[in-house]
Amino acid sequence: MSEALIRLEKLTKRFGSGAGSILAVDGVTFQVSPGEVLGFLGPNGAGKSTTMKMVTGYLAPTSGKAVVCGHDVVEDPIAVKEKVGYLPEGAPAYPDMTPESFLRFVADVRRLKGEARRAAIDKAVARAQLQGVMRQPIDTLSKGFKRRVGLAQAILHEPPVLIMDEPTDGLDPNQKHEVRKLIREMAREGGRAIVLSTHILEEVEAVCTRAIVIARGKVVADGTPAELAGRSRYHNAVTITLIPPAGVMVFDELSRLPGVAGVEDGGAMQSADGVKVTCTVLPHKGREIAGQVGQFVRTKNWRMDLLRVEGGRLDDVFRDLTANKSKG
Amino acid sequence: MRGWLPIFKRELSGYFVTPVAYVFIVIFLALTGVFTFEIGSFYEQGQAELRTFFGFHPWLYLCLIPAVAMRLWAEERKGGTLELLMTLPVTRAGAVLGKYLAAWAFCGVALLLTIPMWITVNWLGDPDNGAIAAAYVGSFLLAGGFLAIGSAVSAGTRSQVIAFIVSVVLCFGFLLAGYGPVINFFTGWAPQSILEALASFSFLTRFDSIAKGVIDLRDLIFFGSLIAACLTINAALLDTGKGE
Repeated sequence: MSEALIRLEKLTKRFGSGAGSILAVDGVTFQVSPGEVLGFLGPNGAGKSTTMKMVTGYLAPTSGKAVVCGHDVVEDPIAVKEKVGYLPEGAPAYPDMTPESFLRFVADVRRLKGEARRAAIDKAVARAQLQGVMRQPIDTLSKGFKRRVGLAQAILHEPPVLIMDEPTDGLDPNQKHEVRKLIREMAREGGRAIVLSTHILEEVEAVCTRAIVIARGKVVADGTPAELAGRSRYHNAVTITLIPPAGVMVFDELSRLPGVAGVEDGGAMQSADGVKVTCTVLPHKGREIAGQVGQFVRTKNWRMDLLRVEGGRLDDVFRDLTANKSKG
Repeated sequence: MRGWLPIFKRELSGYFVTPVAYVFIVIFLALTGVFTFEIGSFYEQGQAELRTFFGFHPWLYLCLIPAVAMRLWAEERKGGTLELLMTLPVTRAGAVLGKYLAAWAFCGVALLLTIPMWITVNWLGDPDNGAIAAAYVGSFLLAGGFLAIGSAVSAGTRSQVIAFIVSVVLCFGFLLAGYGPVINFFTGWAPQSILEALASFSFLTRFDSIAKGVIDLRDLIFFGSLIAACLTINAALLDTGKGE
């Protein structure tokens, strides 16, 4: 029955007590199965990090349960910590150590010995591409390398559960790409549950199979990235760029089409052939309007430079979900 | 206790990859020299013994040991490595003990480097080597006591400066328990039994008796239980302030 590698049941964390206390995580319940890459989304201060800290055994829950690989975090923290690879926020490591001595230390703590220890370190180093910096103090490494040292530490023992708190935060686009590639590789091996928190939405679309949005300590959405994007008012919207004859009220004409909820101005630009107008035509929920819009423009004989169907914008959904909650 | 050995090794080697160890050892050796020869008038006494040498140890330790202890946990807290350490499969007892023992072993190394003093007095005359060996044990225990206090204080803060100052004050209190200022503070309102109990906490009294060559079981138990108590407090303090 219990197939999930991570199981949270009404997990709650309250900091402080009495009137000044803060409810950081409020009854969070979900499961993560092998093979899933879960993106944990939410605005800053929503409770993402606190939840992860409870699952990894750093913080004790105020109430509720966290079970990792069948072990309760409170009752058997050591068993949980053996199964989990964890990259804390900012990838902390001992600044005076070199990646080499740091990884050896982690391997020793994880009771890897002899050949197994060497093989594990070599594999983690190769995956995180640390070969060139193994003898440099971690202090002197760039942010990207520091993050990779943290990742190498987290994946050293091939954990069935990998938890990463903002793994790409503060990295440049190339470094982000590298880290995501590594996460995808870890996911491909299968049988593993990966959780990563982020507030970068493109990241969720790039690496995650599932996304959970949390706001004010509560889960407000849970689904695949595509499902979440489907909730967007931009889902199936049509963005077009065209050059209509002078004097035509393009927006009015488009918004009169059946199934169209509205038209958003995307800006106008002067070009050699006239004024180029870009707009996004929003459908009523559940309607597909791309064919209709295209047909309409063709019958009007307007010159069209672009027609794109929107999949839905995750940041739009994210704002909707998290902003609504913070009002109440 | 799980995990104490890798942590012990990491910590101990950590002292020697940074200048901390070398600065500490050089200062410690230089100061013991200055105190013994200049202020303690080692040669003028014309006696082959190390009483003056050991007599300065409590006061040297009062400044130097809190400096070693202050970074133990405050640094981990500040650098975020506390979260890393406590999410690795180690118990809290293992982490506290590993770090503490490494720091104590490091102090032991510094103490061992004063052995040339011992050789010198043996060369100059015919000292009571039993008493000197006992004094070394006493000095090591004293360092361990201060270190345990400093470690516990360090666990409660992310500021090394605060850890240092509070440890110095606490160590000073323990050193002088039973002496002038501390006793005066309690005289008049505290019952006699408290005053006596307090006096029995004096590091200085206990160190002096060991340094005379008498290793009393009660002194060993005293230091042992004090260290155990401080490390227990240390472990408990690790849970504070994790929220932010």
